[in-house]
Parts: sequence; C-alpha cells; structure tokens
Amino acid sequence: MAKKDIMTINMGPQHPSTHGVLQLILELDGETVVKATPHIGFLHRGVEKLSENRSYHRALPLTDRLDYLAPMSNNLGYVLAVEKLLGITDLIPERAKVVRVMMAELTRIKSHLVWLATHALDIGAMTVFLYCFREREAIMDMYEKLSGARMTSNYFRVGGLSLDLPEGFEKDVRSFIDAMPGHIETYEGLLTGNKIWQKRTIGVAKIDADAAIDIGLTGPALRASGVDWDLRRDNPYSGYEEYEFQVVTRQNGDTFDRYKARLDEMRESCKIIRQALDKLQPGPILADAPAVCLPPKEKVVNSIEGLIHQFKIITEGFKPEPGEIYQGVEAPKGELGYYLVSDGSANPYRMKIRPPSFVNLQALPQMVEGALLADVIAAIGTLDIVLGEIDR
Amino acid sequence: MSQAVVAKLKGAFPATVQEVKEHRGEVTVTVKREDIVQVCDFLKKEAGYNFLCDLCGVDYLGQQPRFMVVYNLYNITTKERLRVKVAVPEEDACVETVSGVWSTANWHERECWDLMGIRFANHPDLRRILMPENWEGHPLRKDYPLQGPGREPYQGRLS
Amino acid sequence: MPEMLSLSNDPILFVTVMLAKILAVFIVVILIVAYATYAERKIIGRMQTRLGPTMTGPLGLLQPIADGLKLFFKEDIIPAQASKFAFVLAPMMILVPAFITIAVVPFGGNVVVGGYTVPLQIADLNVGILYILAMAGLGVYGIVLAGWASNNKYSLLGGVRSAAQMISYELAAGLSIISVFMLSETLSLRGIVEAQAGGITDWYIFSQPLAFCLFVITSLAEVNRTPFDLPEAETELVSGFCTEYSSMKYALFFMAEYANMVVISAVTATLFLGGPAGPFPGAINLLLKIFFFMFVFIWIRATFPRVKYNQLMYMGWKIFLPLALLNIVITGAVVVF
Repeated sequence: MAKKDIMTINMGPQHPSTHGVLQLILELDGETVVKATPHIGFLHRGVEKLSENRSYHRALPLTDRLDYLAPMSNNLGYVLAVEKLLGITDLIPERAKVVRVMMAELTRIKSHLVWLATHALDIGAMTVFLYCFREREAIMDMYEKLSGARMTSNYFRVGGLSLDLPEGFEKDVRSFIDAMPGHIETYEGLLTGNKIWQKRTIGVAKIDADAAIDIGLTGPALRASGVDWDLRRDNPYSGYEEYEFQVVTRQNGDTFDRYKARLDEMRESCKIIRQALDKLQPGPILADAPAVCLPPKEKVVNSIEGLIHQFKIITEGFKPEPGEIYQGVEAPKGELGYYLVSDGSANPYRMKIRPPSFVNLQALPQMVEGALLADVIAAIGTLDIVLGEIDR
Repeated sequence: MSQAVVAKLKGAFPATVQEVKEHRGEVTVTVKREDIVQVCDFLKKEAGYNFLCDLCGVDYLGQQPRFMVVYNLYNITTKERLRVKVAVPEEDACVETVSGVWSTANWHERECWDLMGIRFANHPDLRRILMPENWEGHPLRKDYPLQGPGREPYQGRLS
Repeated sequence: MPEMLSLSNDPILFVTVMLAKILAVFIVVILIVAYATYAERKIIGRMQTRLGPTMTGPLGLLQPIADGLKLFFKEDIIPAQASKFAFVLAPMMILVPAFITIAVVPFGGNVVVGGYTVPLQIADLNVGILYILAMAGLGVYGIVLAGWASNNKYSLLGGVRSAAQMISYELAAGLSIISVFMLSETLSLRGIVEAQAGGITDWYIFSQPLAFCLFVITSLAEVNRTPFDLPEAETELVSGFCTEYSSMKYALFFMAEYANMVVISAVTATLFLGGPAGPFPGAINLLLKIFFFMFVFIWIRATFPRVKYNQLMYMGWKIFLPLALLNIVITGAVVVF
C-alpha cells in the first residue's frame, strides 16, 4: 500500500488571498487540510513600544495605522481610553460625541465593505468587489473632506475633535445613508440567493458559541455564533446608549451567518448614523479641559496666552495621574481594547492594544482543520483580519 | 458588583488576594503568582468571567518585583470587567499558563513571552509570535533600546 | 452540383483552397481570441461600473495588441528546478489542440470553386464529434504537464484539479452529445448541421434542451471558466498551473483559454443551434452564435462565485452523469417508438 504523504504548502506571506502578509503553513492530505499553522509578525512595527516614547497626543496617529481599514474606530478607542485615564469622560461635549458615533459607524460600514469585497472576491465573485469599492470611495471622500486624509484620518482628539464638520458634510452623509441600504440589497441580490455562494459558505468554518468564547472571538464573528454581546449596547461609550439599534445575532456560526450578520450590521449602522445626524446640534467640539485640549486656532495666533497654552500642551503634553485603565470599543472587527498604564508622566507608561483581528485569527486553525483548501480562503475572509492590526 | 466578586474571591482564596484597587471605576485585584490558574479557574466557573479580553505584561523597571502580568476579564452575562494582576520577579520570570482555562490565552501568552520575556509554564506552544524566531531580547522591556539593539537610547529625535 | 473537389481530381487547386480555408479560419479565430480578451475586459468592466481599457487607441481597441507586445517582450523565466522540456512543451500542448479542433466545424454550405464543389469546412471527418472530444481531452495534458513541470505545489494542485475535473466532465459532456447523434444518425458535424437544416424548429436545442444545458455547463468546466476555473483559481492557488509561467508562454495559456472558448462556442452552435444556419450568409450566422456564447461565458464570469473542488466532482458524477444517461434513455425510447 502506498504511503500516505502529507504535502506541506506555504500559503503566504505573498499570496493573493491572505489579506496582507499572513503566512499559513498548511499540511494537506490531497486538498484536505490536516493542520494549519498561522505565522504572523511580518508587519510588526512596534506600535506599543513607540507609544511609550511619545506623548499621549503624539501616540494618536499610530493608532490610525493599526486597522487601516477602520482608522476612526481605532482613534475612538484610543481617545476614549486616554479620556478615561484623565477622568474627563464626562466633559466631552455633546457635538463631539455625536460626530464620533457618526464617524465610527461610517467607519464600520467602510470596513465591512472592504471585508465583503475581498471575501466575495476570494470566493470568486468578482463583481461585488467593485460595487463595494464604489461605495467605500464615497466614505473615503467624506474622510478626506473631514480630515484631509483618505485612510489615516487622525481626526479625533483627546477631549473632542480636531476640526468641526466642513460645510455640507451632513448633506453628504445623509445622501450616502439614503442610498446605502439599496446598495446592500444589490450585494445581497448578487450573493445571498446564489446557490454557489450558499454552497461555498453554509456550514463552512463553523464554530459554536462556547468554542467561540473560549478562543476569544469578538464582534460579528462571535455574534454570528449566537452570543448576544455588543459593547456599544452593553458597555456604552460616547453616548451609544442614546441610540436605538439592533444587535444582530445569528445562530449557526458559519461563514454564511457571519456574512449575513455583517450585512445586517451595516444596515443598523445606517440607522445609527441617521439618528446621529438628527441629534447633531451646533456646539463646542472640544472639552472644557484646558490642561488637555489645545486652544482654538484664533486664540493661538491672536493672543500670547493662547500661544503659550498651545506651546505647553504640544511640548509637555498632559500628565494623567498614575493608574491603569482598560477601554474596549466595538470596532468593526470585534472588541478593540486599549489597556493604558500611566506613571504620572506625559507618555503612556504602557499601552497594550487588544486587536480584535489578532484574537480572531487564533480561531483559524480549528476552523479549517479537516476542511478543503478552498475553505481556508473562505475562513480567512470570514474572520475579516487586517494584518496591520495583528502585527502592530 | 465587581466588589462582590472580589469579596467572593477573597472568601475562596483568603491568602492569595494581595491588593484590591479601584481606579476610574475599574477594579484591579493583585493575586499571588502561584495561585493564578486556580484564581482564573474560580473566576471563570464561579464568578462567570468566561471571557479573557486581554493578557499582557507590564515592565516596572526598577521596582521589585519587576513585572506584572495583567489579565483583563469580562463577564458576558453581566457585562462586567475585572482585572487580575500577578507580580513576576525578574530572576524567575515565569507564570503558570492560563491557556487551559481560556484557549484564547495561547497567543496572548506567546506575545507576552515574545515581547516582554515572561515565560509561561506548561504552555502548549511557547514560541515567539511577532518577532523572528532567532530574535535576541524582548523589545517591550523598558531596558530594550527603542531604536533596536546596539543603538543609543531614544532622545526624542532620530539619531 | 459539380463534383466534390478532392486531392485526386485537382491536387493544386485542392491544396490552394485548403490552405486558404485554413488561413482564413486561423486568422478569424486568432482575431476572435485577441478581441475576446478586449471584449471580456470591456463587458465585465461595464458590468462592474468600470470602463475597461480606454487608453490604447480609440476606445482602447489596440489593447490586445499592446498586451501581446508587452508579454512578448517580457523576460521568459524558466524556474531552475523545473523540468525544462515539459515546461516548454506544456503551453504548446494546450494551445495546439485548442486550435485544431476548429478544423471540423463547418462554417457554411458548399461553394463552387473552379468547377468543383468546395465545402466550407476544413475537414469533414466522419467521426467529427469523437475528434472534438479527443482534442479536448488532449488539452488537459498540457495543463497537467504545466502543473507538474513547474515544480511548484500550487501548480501541481492546479494540474491535479484539472485532470480530475476533465475526467468527470468529459464523460458527462460526451454522454450529453450522444443523444444528439442518436437523432442525427451521424457523427460528422456536417451531417449534424444538415440534419438541423429544416428551419429553426429543427435545431436540437428544442428537441434536446437537457442535453444542451448539460453540454454548455460541462463545456464551461472543460474550458476552465468561472465558476469552474479551479485549476487556476487565482485566490486559492495563486494562479494554479500557470503560476510559474511568464512572457509568451503565459500568453499561450491565455490564448488557449480563449481559443477553447471559441471552439466550444462553435461546437455548441453546431450541435444545438444549427451551425451556420440562419438569416445571414453562413459564416456570419456561426460567428453571431459564437459571439453569443462567448458573451454568456463572460457574463457568467462576472456573476458567479467559484465552486469548490468537491462540489464540482459531486455535480459531475452524481448529477450531470445520471442526467446525461437519463437523457439518452429517453431519447432512445423516443427514437425507437
């Protein structure tokens, strides 16, 4: 009898569908995966180490580059964490909170669009890819209007926002969310009822609720397994308790359910954005915390006090009292957590980021063992990983 | 609520709980290193902290003991958070693994070993995770130069 | 009708006419292949809210030529560990069968040249269908060989997939056409066209709808087009069997894929849509039918995800094969009674 040989193939770090520089060592028996070992770290930039050597303000741009598909969610988590550390959470003005929620939800849509695009492309449906990027482009344009950058927005500030909304921005957002549910219908029209799509996703990369909690899945991936947990509702931040939305849960925990969960989440995000737009009132965008927030630009250029004030904050930063906090936010990919330790200096003593993709990726080996090579692609796609966040 | 859990924990492990702190509404419990697995097991099974959000090491260079390993726990039913810490001395930088309690600890502990140099006893697969296999040193330690080994300490500018 | 032109009655004229026919068909096929890539990019582009090529020449019409030139001038890389002979042979082995299959497809009725009747078909084999199936089967050797010779695991997987796919689909494709020649009582493509000559209702698509569907689907699998593009499956196997190929060799694979599409469209048109029959002069009808099928292939590519390997095998063996057999039984019953 012939010896049963296992073929080891090296998938990535250069591979079209490992979503960046993920390397998977796959041991294959024919096309059946016997063992999958992820190797990560090819994109490690030492964000945590770098942030220890920067002031709190200057660490903010580093967070843009974590999950580069959802920069505003990262910003939001970070500024909330620093605000909590400073104890100024209650001082954040209403307008800043509403804009934060609005942008975080737009970011969620943006991130989910890229997920859907690449996931569908991985499974072979190439048209959805371009449709999704068309809508994402609209969000990118909004980003650009708002912050001057399409990807790394760096828009939120500790204590509020860097700039107020530009003229006509609300109209843009409103016309976008008016159109978005129709676009989601289009994607669904191409995929949901498609027999091949169903065959490729139903029952693939299944994980049940207990296993999902045990391995640490969060976000839509966990909710698709039937665990009703959403930080926006359960540990509300930035005023999420004032919005009405459904936490989407599904029961089967397979690729199809995760797909449906994320699509429904986009619809809910549209609802939240609509409520945020209705709530939006003129008002200050920075907290009344002079030790933390920069003075308005007119003051800086017109008065010596303003200039000194800005100079002090820029050069010295602010010094939270010693202590440690953990702030989790519901990023598009799951729970994004910042664990900050302050020693009373102007730099974070320790900043630990809990990237959702990092933990979610851990579930990959158990999802794909015994499955086919094609299912590995589907599983990577359905976990919605971003290597910038995994490797930090 | 978290205080009730702490009280319960104190009841079950009177000798283990060393310090309880509250900062910005978050409770931190420092426990003895030897009992971390039992404490975690207790918290998971008896107190419902079924989700390990995060696990990391903190380097308090110059203090004794030097390291802290921090466990951020979450209770999905009551939506409560709790932080458990253990102190780890430099000369014996080793903690029992909790990957038997929550599988998710596996990669977190690997990362902690990789970047902070804290070993986890009985860990199923303790390899470096972010840095290359043959890397020397543990970058997140405070005495590790920011710009890499053999370089001047960072002075707030590029040198 | 004058006597049929053959090698015995006028050798020089015969050779000339033959060469002219071959040249004409070859040029037409090459042109279709070149502009099929253009059409595919344009059509899919439009379906995906893009423009497709626009920069080279008016409306981007020179794009295929630019592509060809680019590939021609690219460095030709043969991996050090590859089996050189097989590596070079494979692209040819895949392209040649694709082109020579077209020889048996009739593209019109008869014309009179120099006092002899000349059929508008390169070769009227009396086993035309078998020849087509045989050539389609040969093509897969090229893929398997390319996969094996590259000495790359992804390529190998692509090659193995292709072989398995071919076996499962060749059978169903072959069986589905059996019912066609049960009706026409000939294996010659010319005979089949003549059997459908009585008007649009005589086309076998109406009497054999099941066979038609089966044949179209299985041919999609045979030419490795979406949703059955598993041997190359760029998101799974990088680029499958042609991962290691570059330059003109890669272009040959591409040409073969499109040539196969042309051939399969032509064969489908011949078997089920009456070949050159229709309102226009013969060859134009055939071309229109070919274009129609090519469009459908491109359309499918823009619409469907890729199936999984095991699903493809399942469909081939457990759905298409029994259906094809059933179709033969039914056709047989109808023919007998």
